[in-house]
Amino acid sequence: MSYSVTEPSRRQKWVAGILVIGYALITILPLVWIIATSFKSPSDAIAYPPKTFFTPTVEGYVNVFTTRTRLSPDQLQAVGEPTTWYDKLVRKDGLVISGPSRFAERFTNSVIIGFGSTVLCIVLGTVAAYAFSRFKVPLKDDLLFFILSTRMMPPIAVAIPIFLMFRSLGLSDTHAGMILLYTAVNLSLSVWLLKGFIDEIPVEYEEAALIDGYTRFQAFYKVVLPQAATGIASTAIFCLIFAWNEYAFAVLLTSGNAQTAPPFIPTIIGVSGQDWPAVAAGATLFLVPVMVFTILLRKHLLRGITFGAVRK
Amino acid sequence: MAQIRIQNVRKEFGAFTAVRSSSFTIEDGEFFMLLGPSGCGKTTTLRMMAGLELPTSGEIFIDGEEVGMKPASQRDIAFVFQMFALYPHMNVRKNISYPLVSQGMKREEVRTRVAEVARILKIEHILDKPVGGLSGGDRQRVALGRAIVRRPKAFFMDEPLGALDAEFREHMAEELRALHDRMGATTVYVTHDQLEAMQMGDKIVVMNHGVVEQFGKPQQIYDWPATKFVAQFIGSPSMNFLEFEGMIGIGGNSVDLGGVKVDVPAAREGRDGRLTLGVRPEHVKFRDDAAYRGRVSAVEYLGTTQTVTLATEHGELKARISSAHKVREEELVGLDFDARTLSLFDAESGKALLSEGNEGVLGHG
Repeated sequence: MSYSVTEPSRRQKWVAGILVIGYALITILPLVWIIATSFKSPSDAIAYPPKTFFTPTVEGYVNVFTTRTRLSPDQLQAVGEPTTWYDKLVRKDGLVISGPSRFAERFTNSVIIGFGSTVLCIVLGTVAAYAFSRFKVPLKDDLLFFILSTRMMPPIAVAIPIFLMFRSLGLSDTHAGMILLYTAVNLSLSVWLLKGFIDEIPVEYEEAALIDGYTRFQAFYKVVLPQAATGIASTAIFCLIFAWNEYAFAVLLTSGNAQTAPPFIPTIIGVSGQDWPAVAAGATLFLVPVMVFTILLRKHLLRGITFGAVRK
Repeated sequence: MAQIRIQNVRKEFGAFTAVRSSSFTIEDGEFFMLLGPSGCGKTTTLRMMAGLELPTSGEIFIDGEEVGMKPASQRDIAFVFQMFALYPHMNVRKNISYPLVSQGMKREEVRTRVAEVARILKIEHILDKPVGGLSGGDRQRVALGRAIVRRPKAFFMDEPLGALDAEFREHMAEELRALHDRMGATTVYVTHDQLEAMQMGDKIVVMNHGVVEQFGKPQQIYDWPATKFVAQFIGSPSMNFLEFEGMIGIGGNSVDLGGVKVDVPAAREGRDGRLTLGVRPEHVKFRDDAAYRGRVSAVEYLGTTQTVTLATEHGELKARISSAHKVREEELVGLDFDARTLSLFDAESGKALLSEGNEGVLGHG
């Protein structure tokens, strides 16, 4: 279906195309750079002028998952010949793998906290948005404004009170604490977005279900939810991206136990000199879950962003 | 199968009163029309019967049982929405079987019931299609299917033809009426279209500003409107109103219209003051020697008939006469009214005066 009144001219199309492609290139360049760096050797990574063509290596990926020790030639002799491909890779530099790094653990923390807070945010947000959309809630407008007002300052502005509260509640450096925090920050966004989506679903569907013999909750669960899927999906992406990428709170509130990947990745740099490929490898791997999630829900995301603009 | 009785039902939305004290009875098996302009409270009344709104006060009886505060799911009724409200994430079969599934009916029985309904509505070929791509008429049939598959006590329909094209609407109206005659279930139907109401209804309630203006059979309402509002709302072109200063006593059978004696049905109540004479356009006849005269200001040709607009001493008047009668603009013509069909209204209150003609058919709310 076309919504344009007048077809754009050939020239307008060209200009628009060039602008979009230009913008896309600018956006993707840092990503390409990070991914390229993750496959470079440490010397290629810091070469000047930068190398566009290089011999790819997975050294960065090996380094991000392992800790390595430098041994003297005598000690190397004692260890014996490397057996696995990754052993061989580090042996070139006179190193041996002394154990796994904490990257996998941090990455798992990120998954637990990111997806955990997203699920919680969506569950609470959907229920709250449904109530705001359908019921006569006393002081509805004030409450909605109040919910939104939690986003009127940068969340980090309250970092110190939160730090103190978390410490006395025993939530510091726990998964539950981080899930709770990210949920609190994202919930206003989720309630407002979802209310918009639910407002768009005609109330007749639920009324039909009520008359067909279903309870209010069944009507919500069986009729409203399936139709709000688009809105829920796009809201989930927004929530996940925030929680996944959050750095400042993670640095402040987590350390040994619940530390997520964002504060961990920069620390890789200090393990053995400036290991840029390992940092880049960590960053690349870190991108994957959000990318997969977004690609899976891409259709919903596009429709979600234009919500309200087009009546279905 | 059910008789539905509405008693002193009132509905307020905050400061706004949507329905003030409505009362009427819908007999078992009737095709009942709730007619009125938008905002008159007809949909609110229907929604209260269905249990989608709770009345502020008053009682609603379905089969003698007071249901005013019962949830919709326990009233055993079906509702057809204006926008059909088919569940968009289900196909046709699922939509129709949804009310049965809620009752926990066995799968084989659901299948037979759905198949039976599909046969009645002639929608067997689209049963497994998604509802998204269906035409307006097919959506309408699916919505009806979802309603009749339950075999409910009553059907409530909120302007079910409003979303259809004009030409298709007529066809669906016939289909609906035929379906009703076949099933024989009580049907309450909301519409703002007076033609639809006249064409389909066994009985009509005319509402305005939350008040029942009149309640009766289509012909009674057309012939003997209880108020000026009803007279104006029903019929196209609507009833002519000639306002005059005059009087009529009990038993009187004529009024003095600007010096011209006009015969009316014998009065059952008297009135002295500002009166309104109501004349349907088709009851105006042109007769050269008639004493009451009007000047032709416009002629609208409609095929076999024509609508002639005349300027009279008491305001504009429209007459519907045969096209065979040649009329020229600016011509002065004599007008005769069919005495047995005239209505007299109190000009202030708008209420019809009781007469021999309308006695017993004026169902004031």
